[in-house]
Amino acid sequence: MRRYRVIPILLLRGKGLVKTTRFKDPKYVGDPINAIRIFNEKEVDELVFLDIEATRTGRTPDLQTLSDIASECFMPLCYGGGVNRPEFIEQILKTGVEKVSINSALVEDPDLVRHAAREHGSSTIVASIDYKRGLFGKAQVFTHAGTKGTGRSPVELAKLAEDLGAGEIALNCIDRDGTLQGYDVDTVRKVADAVSVPVIAIGGAGSLADFRSAIREGHASAVAAGAFFVFHGKHRAVLITYPGQDALREQVYA
Amino acid sequence: MLVIVDYDLGNLGSIANMLRKLGHAAELTSDPARIGDATRLILPGVGAFDQGMRNLRNRGLIEVLNYKVLTEQVPVLGICLGAQLMTRGSEEGESPGLGWIDARTMRFSLREVSGGLKIPHMGWSDVSQQKPHPLFEGMYEEPRFYFVHSFHFDCEDPRDVLTTTHYGYEFASSFARDNIWGVQFHPEKSHKFGLKLLDNFARISEPAAIPVTTSAI
Repeated sequence: MRRYRVIPILLLRGKGLVKTTRFKDPKYVGDPINAIRIFNEKEVDELVFLDIEATRTGRTPDLQTLSDIASECFMPLCYGGGVNRPEFIEQILKTGVEKVSINSALVEDPDLVRHAAREHGSSTIVASIDYKRGLFGKAQVFTHAGTKGTGRSPVELAKLAEDLGAGEIALNCIDRDGTLQGYDVDTVRKVADAVSVPVIAIGGAGSLADFRSAIREGHASAVAAGAFFVFHGKHRAVLITYPGQDALREQVYA
Repeated sequence: MLVIVDYDLGNLGSIANMLRKLGHAAELTSDPARIGDATRLILPGVGAFDQGMRNLRNRGLIEVLNYKVLTEQVPVLGICLGAQLMTRGSEEGESPGLGWIDARTMRFSLREVSGGLKIPHMGWSDVSQQKPHPLFEGMYEEPRFYFVHSFHFDCEDPRDVLTTTHYGYEFASSFARDNIWGVQFHPEKSHKFGLKLLDNFARISEPAAIPVTTSAI
């Protein structure tokens, strides 16, 4: 049986965790350390932790918090947010977090990605690509937490990231973020088929069936979600959940 | 003392973190003298094969490691690249390996890996135990571990294979012969399964101490 990674993504804003909808309206969902402990107890496949204000506010990665997390959570951890200097990457990896996600700097400073992949190995560098579908359905990549258009397509940037040595592509559809209405499977497939590195589908997952379709139809190597793991019911009450092994086996891997 | 060999390749923080969580003292060092005092060794590593051998050589560690492992026979656990270095050599590089185990390190065969499988093999996979072994004593049901690799071992003697894993095809995901053990996966990233395995390793009984003869008065 082949397993596919099912990855919660947690968004840090200030000191608290939030969940956005289409990258807007951040809703407070709790304390980061507490949430990460719960996910650790649920034995999640991997966890992504993103500081969504870091690039815009010029904040540097909070290494103490990362160390606290890494000394208790024995699973692959990925950090992103404000990673625009080589020394940040080195400091982050030293805490025991083993993947670093690079988003705005992928567009603004591609050499950072190239050097980091060479220095620390491709498997530690995740290229994070956020995009929106415009009026006519054409996809365009945005940086700076979705605020800055680049005029480039996700496929183009994914290929660039692969050439630079990134080990994975995290592909996030801003229009679907927090909506629970399913992945943009078409774009996932276009990107996954264009590169030979694993693609993580992000944005819109609302059910295990959505995970399965991103894998089967979208050719994603892994799936990630935010709202699906932190909201419960139509009133979006905060409740941290993660599917059990039987559910994953029967509804996602099968 | 359990010693984690630091040869500047890959991130060793998480192995030390896990041992600390388990309450086992461990020292992270590249000092041959400290390695010489070890009663158990972990050889970690993430990166390229030749670079790994070069770093061991440049730090003057090969001799002391050979002595500890082959002569003193202290238990040694290789993780990922650290385990690959224990083989005779790798398709990834030119340098001979440490040659502690009769195995070669092979590239995943792309011809056989198909159906949308990508290389590196990155993610969780089940491991199937092939023989009883202290590393897997009391292991939880359906053990699964986190992998990141493009190369895997190929053991010459099938009796050395400790676990197998399927990715495109069945490959040896860990080996064990005498005091020489290696795992392709990352126990330090594998939740309770990894905690159990590293706890088992840290608890393996010490090599028999040389009996102290006391005069009968």
